[in-house]
Parts: sequence; structure tokens; C-alpha cells
Amino acid sequence: MSAGLRTTGGVAHAPSRGIRTVILGVVGLVFAVPIVAMLEFTLRRGLDGGHDISRWVTLLQSGFAGQYRPVLVALGNSVALAIGTVVIVLLLLVPTMILVHLRFPRLRRTMEITCILPISIPAVVLVVGLAPVYAVVAGVFGSGVWTLAFAYGITVLPYAYRAIQSSLDAVDARTLSEAARTLGAGWGAVLLRVLLPVLRRGILAGAFISVAVVLGEFTIASLLNRVNLQTALVVVSKNDPYTAVILSLLALGFAFLLLLSIGRLGAARTRSPRRRSPSKGLS
Amino acid sequence: MIQSPRQSGPGAVVEFRGVVKEFAGHRALAGFDLTLQAGEFVALLGPSGSGKTTALRVLAGLESADVGTITINGADVSGLPTGKRDMGMVFQAYSLFPHLSAGENVEFGLRMRKVNAAERRSRARSALALVGLDAHYDRYAHQLSGGQQQRVALARALVTEPRVLLLDEPLSALDAKVRVQLREEIRRIQTELGITTLFVTHDQDEALAVADRVAVMRAGNIEQVDTPEGLYARPGSPFVADFVGLSNRVPGVVRNGFAQVYGTALPLVDPSHADGEVQVYLRPEDIEFGTDGVSGVVTASSFLGSLRRTGVRLEDGTVLFTQHSVRVKPAPGERVHLRFTGAPVSVESSPRLGA
Repeated sequence: MSAGLRTTGGVAHAPSRGIRTVILGVVGLVFAVPIVAMLEFTLRRGLDGGHDISRWVTLLQSGFAGQYRPVLVALGNSVALAIGTVVIVLLLLVPTMILVHLRFPRLRRTMEITCILPISIPAVVLVVGLAPVYAVVAGVFGSGVWTLAFAYGITVLPYAYRAIQSSLDAVDARTLSEAARTLGAGWGAVLLRVLLPVLRRGILAGAFISVAVVLGEFTIASLLNRVNLQTALVVVSKNDPYTAVILSLLALGFAFLLLLSIGRLGAARTRSPRRRSPSKGLS
Repeated sequence: MIQSPRQSGPGAVVEFRGVVKEFAGHRALAGFDLTLQAGEFVALLGPSGSGKTTALRVLAGLESADVGTITINGADVSGLPTGKRDMGMVFQAYSLFPHLSAGENVEFGLRMRKVNAAERRSRARSALALVGLDAHYDRYAHQLSGGQQQRVALARALVTEPRVLLLDEPLSALDAKVRVQLREEIRRIQTELGITTLFVTHDQDEALAVADRVAVMRAGNIEQVDTPEGLYARPGSPFVADFVGLSNRVPGVVRNGFAQVYGTALPLVDPSHADGEVQVYLRPEDIEFGTDGVSGVVTASSFLGSLRRTGVRLEDGTVLFTQHSVRVKPAPGERVHLRFTGAPVSVESSPRLGA
């Protein structure tokens, strides 16, 4: 207690251990309470009270066959959509932002407003606009679920933009790219060998949040009559609220593992050459 | 005036001819002409906004010239992209790639030239050795001091053996002592390699200390190009006199090619100057204490290590600064006499005509 009070006086310092524990505890509680409540709900034994794991056992023994099969398919759809959305962010948003930052700094405000705009448009309104567009999209690309990634590419714009822009602001991208160019790099090499590695954190964060948004998306998919994880869970919950909650818990765990592995992948890919270089240097 | 193409490598001849560059109506370069001889170290000196950095960036290809040509060894490079101009550049801002170690930073240019790994490593090591940092091969930028970062940047710029070395105020972010050390080191390495070098700075000490020739810039053009000694002794214009070195500005009268200052006739840098009232630029080292001459009262005296600078208030209120041996130590309030050594002075008509 006294340790906590002492350091809160120093504004510039990181919070002390005690304060940190309290903050993490409160935030953790906010997240944990609903999840624990969900878990408790799935373990309830009818109206007579008491708990058992019979519903979990039934679901897992069935191996997602039969009536829960659509949930598995929907999960596959959502993962595909998440990948598609991240690809759109990486291939369209990242190069555009770098281009605007380095070559057309006057367009930055316009770019920012355009990218932040989707957050102020309710999904329902977005769908009204998207419906006729998707009539055309379906004509060109077919009506596969993956085409939803185009819409999701727009809905994740504000989040991905902020994440990438903050890492772009943190480095002197202009000088770094000019330095690379004077050393003989063309634009491709500047992008791949300098800017992408330097902006790795921001791009990863943008990808994270895009995946999280897509896995949790319901409105657009539902209104455009596509099946994704959330719409499938709603269908299940209408028949069997207990199983729907179990599936939600599993989906949460899956999303957690997915984000964790993306983080590991992104970190490992760029860290391995660093780790190797000192040993090479010694030999 | 046409240079025959020479072999590329250290010591290329660089020529700017009538280069004009405008930014949104502001003329950064207004018909800029400059020739750098092979292996020459030229400093572009000028106040901010005089166009010196623009000249360097146009040579690097980071900006394109609106009008005019730039040739290296006689070949026009105006159309070449930056990466193909074969130049090394050190920037004012720290520019090491933060995700690469010092050694990998230095290797970058070689990697772009598809040099194999073993050769890259050995060349990067010797480039780092050249700047005294071979032990820091595996360090990252955030583990290096500012001076070390600029040294690595210099090694990175030199490792590809470019035809021209461009230095864009590389020392301005460093503290005073490191700045002096590094500028001497840059000069040593430049002499060793014989590489043609263009060095942009707003610090006259820096320019005078290291360059073979100094080009003083003003409003997008070169005001004067000369050796540091020539520039200092014979400033061609009041702007140069004022900008290069410390000058006393005192009223005087030009008569028959001599400036009359406080009863003394001093020769002019430009003897053809028209007669009339002028402002005279007097170097502090051209003013001495004497037994006769103009008298005044010492206002302050500062010890500068190898010399001492003393301000003397004359009877008309003008304060003249004199630079002298540290053995003489005038006390504030002391009455002294000043005389002029008779070195040629630069003058400016006053009141200004057509200014």
C-alpha cells in the first residue's frame, strides 16, 4: 500500500508493482466475470440446481457431427474471412499509407478522415449501401462467403489505420527510405527490406485487431445472408442456449489461440535473423 | 568546360550547371553553378533557407531539378534515380535502420548490389574499422551513442566505394566535443580515400576547418567560393564577411581606395569601391592593443583557451571586439588604446543603396 502511494507521486515513472497488480486485477475481473458466468451457466444441471459437465461431454463426444456441424463450417468461413481481410489490409492499406506518408503528405488528413469514417457509420446503414454493391460483386466473383472480406476490409479500416499510423509516426520513415535509396535500393527493396520490418509492430497490431473484429462480426453477415461464426452461434442459441454458450466459449478460446499464434509467427519471423547474426559474427 | 568521361570510382568530377529548383513558388536554387574537382572536399555554407541542402538533395536525386544539369565525370545524371547514382550520403537525422545491427546496416548497400555474404561481411567489417567501430558490429542503433550512429552511417555510405560522398549536416545533432572529433575524422577518411565530397553545413567553423573550398550560399545562389583562408581574409561581400568569422561593423569613409576608420587608413579588399560613407567589417584579430590610437574602456574579456576576446567601448558608444594573446588580461573598466593591423577590410556602402 505504502509502496503504491509512493510511486504514484512520480508521474513519469511506470506504476509500482502494487498499483500494477491492482490495475491488472480490476481489468482482469471485468473480463473474467462474464466468462466465468458463461462457464457456470453451461455447467448448470436443469432446474434442481447443482453442476455437472454433461453438456460439454455430450457436445465433445458428438465430435461436432450432426446438428452442430454448421458451426464448424461457419468457423472455417470466419477464419477465411479473417485471412482475406488481413490480406486486403496488408496489400492495400499499408502501401497506400506509406505512399501518402512519404510522397503525398498533403493527403494525410483526407486519408485519415476516410479511414476513420467507417467507425461512425452503423453496420445496419453500411449494409443498406452494401446490398446493391453486393448484387454486382456476386455477379463478378460469385456469392462465396469470402466476398464479405471486401466489406470487412472497410469496417476494420479505422482500427488498422490507427495501429499502422502510430508506428509510422514513431519512426523517421522519410529519412530511412531516403537512406535506403541512396544505398542503391529501389522502391520495392525500400518497402520490403526497410519499411515493413520497421513498421512490423504496427502492421501486426493492425492484423490482430482486424482478425478480432472479423471473428466477432455479426450484423453485416446476417443482413447479407452469409454464414459466419456469429450467425451460426445465434442459430444454435435459438434451439439450445446451453450449447450456444459452450460454443461461444470455445470460439473465444480459439480466437485467443489464433491471435497468440499470429503474434508468435510475426515476432519469430523477424527475430530469427537477429538471433543468428551474433553467432555468425563470431565465427 | 566539357569534362571528358573518366573512370568511375573515388574522385569523380561533379558539376552543377544552372540548376533551378522551386518549391511552391519559393525559389530554393536560382541558377546554381558549382564544380567539384576530383577528390575535392567542398563545403556548402549558408544560413537556413539558402538552398544548400536542396543543392545536395538534387545531386543525390532525392529532388529533381526544374532546370539545369548535373554531371558526374561529364555524364548527365539528372535522369538517373537515386539508387543508380552511386553516391554515399550521411543525413542530419539519425538514419540507421533500427531493425538491423550496425554491421547489417553497413552491409545494406552491398546487399543491394548483390555482393555475396562473405565479401559483404569482410567489407562491412573493414568499413566499420575505418570509423573505429569494428567492435560494434552486432550492436543496434539504440545501443549506440549519437556520434557512433553517425560513424556507422558514414561507414555505411562509404562501404560501396561511391563516386561522391554527400554529407547533409551530419554533425549538427551531436554535442560540441564529438562534433569536432568527428569532423576531423571525416576529413582524415576523405583524404585517405580521395573521394569527392560535398558537405552541407550552417556552421562556419566546421566548413572552414575541414573543406578544401567553401561555397557560401545566399538565396539559392553561391555568393563566393574560395579556400577557407581566402574566404576569411578576402570576403567578397559584406554578407560573406558577416557570415564567415566574427566581424566588427563600424562606420567609416572610403577615399581613394582606402577606408578611413577612426583616423586610420585601411586597404580595401575591393580597391575599386566608390568613395563615400561605408560600414567597415573589421576582424577581431586585426585589432590590437597599442599605446596610441583610438581609446576606449574594456567592457568584458573572455578566455577562449588559446586566446582571449575582449570588448572595448569606444567614446562614440561602439563596442569593438579584439582577439589577443591570453597573456594580456585586461580588466573591465580599464582604459586602453586600440590600433588596426592594416589587413585589408571589406566594406558596405551606407546608407544602403537599392537594398
